[in-house]
Amino acid sequence: MEDKKDKPGLLREVLDGASGLVGSYAATLTHLFRKPVTEQYPDYKRPMPARTRGRIILTRSPDGNERCVACYLCSGACPVNCISMQSEEGPDGRRRAAWFRINFARCIYCGLCEEACPTLAIQLTPEFAFCKDAIEDFVYEKEDLLVDHGGKDAEYDFYAHAGVAAGRPKGEHIGEDEPVDVKSILP
Amino acid sequence: MTDILLGILVMLVRMAVVLAVVFGLAAYMILVERKLLGRFQVRYGPNRVGLFGLLQPIADGLKMLLKEDIVPDGVDRRIFLVAPAIVAGAALFAFAVVPFGPTFTLFGRPVPQVITDTDVGLLLIFGLSSLAVYGVALGGWTSDNKYSLLGGVRGAAQMISYELALGLALVPVAMTAHSLNLTDIVNAQARLPFAIAQPVAFLIFIISSLAETNRIPFDLPEAENELQAGFHTEYSGMRFALFFVGEYVNMILLGSVTAIFFLGGWHGPFLPPILWFGLKVLAVPVFLIWTRASLPRLRYDQLMALGWKCLVPLGLANILVTGALLAAGL
Repeated sequence: MEDKKDKPGLLREVLDGASGLVGSYAATLTHLFRKPVTEQYPDYKRPMPARTRGRIILTRSPDGNERCVACYLCSGACPVNCISMQSEEGPDGRRRAAWFRINFARCIYCGLCEEACPTLAIQLTPEFAFCKDAIEDFVYEKEDLLVDHGGKDAEYDFYAHAGVAAGRPKGEHIGEDEPVDVKSILP
Repeated sequence: MTDILLGILVMLVRMAVVLAVVFGLAAYMILVERKLLGRFQVRYGPNRVGLFGLLQPIADGLKMLLKEDIVPDGVDRRIFLVAPAIVAGAALFAFAVVPFGPTFTLFGRPVPQVITDTDVGLLLIFGLSSLAVYGVALGGWTSDNKYSLLGGVRGAAQMISYELALGLALVPVAMTAHSLNLTDIVNAQARLPFAIAQPVAFLIFIISSLAETNRIPFDLPEAENELQAGFHTEYSGMRFALFFVGEYVNMILLGSVTAIFFLGGWHGPFLPPILWFGLKVLAVPVFLIWTRASLPRLRYDQLMALGWKCLVPLGLANILVTGALLAAGL
């Protein structure tokens, strides 16, 4: 007897069910007149955040020199081994990459190379759509990777901070004292 | 002699027109469904191929034609190949008895806007829609795939159950119209469409015709998330497309049948009859699409319970009430 009391009547059940149906029909009907949220991709390209991880570039310092010092840290950090290079010394005494190669067919755009780079040379850009027909075309050489700007931190110049004498003499770097004449501090 | 030739010519022209219109409508019904479903889900449907995506059905058709028609190992080859044609064919044949408008006069000869004005039109439509069950059941059975088999079995059980409710919903219509001839049934609704005169029958008819066309919320034979695609899992290329042509032709057939039995056919104020008929026919598929966007899929036991415990008794009661009212002379 108790059960029967709790159980809603047949008419009640039918009405509940019908109102549920009407509710869902009404919900879809209101959606019909809403403006679609779809972004029409090739026609409209959403502006990507500056730090989006896409195609990799090699940047230059403000004086126009290559930032990359061919330290192999990016290639060491790369989890898929897609970066390879050969270091050499340039005529101005700076280390640089004789050749620098990124295989974008392998790259997973993790950004670890960018984090490893001590000179901010290797950077990821928001550009993500660069499909190609042939997989060989994904191998980018140094001249394909080099750009003529400083990327995310355009003012940064590694050689202005580093203690090495290449480029500018000792004691002329930012935040660096004159070299101490050891003879003047003798007791 | 010329009379016979002319008659055959008119017949052929009528068949060609009906076939072309139905196929064209079915193709564009797919586009309408995808577009409308998109808008119901706050996105655009296909809009890349041609203006507003209007060439999409042609692109789809070309793609389907060019795809490889795979017949898996282990299938019962003959039945496997014929099954999609049964589904599409049964749906198409039913259009033979569908009247599209009143008879008009061309060059002093009466031209009925129906291919065959038979006195058992209602029964013929039923017979053909029952035949479509064979396509689904055999397609699923011969695929040599457990999901297909389950889909086919479900399809057969569901369509047979709801065929019954569908038939019971139409008995009061035939009783009130005093005829099984579709043209007579339409003419019986010149004053009041049966949707208003027979609301219960109309409700049963709409629900069971949803089940009859295997559409959401009754699309258990092809329930994607449990049966992959059900009875057409193993089909590819044009045979797969044929199942879909069958489904969409079936939707249009259902629209025509609903228009004829319940919405008053071509009767309506102001507009020419053929336009009224077209509007009514298209309103039903649009409602089916709206339903697809709104409702979730039923569980199998709920489906069977609804069919056997709800719709069939309700249909029987409705027949009794209608009979009593007719006997009382109302």
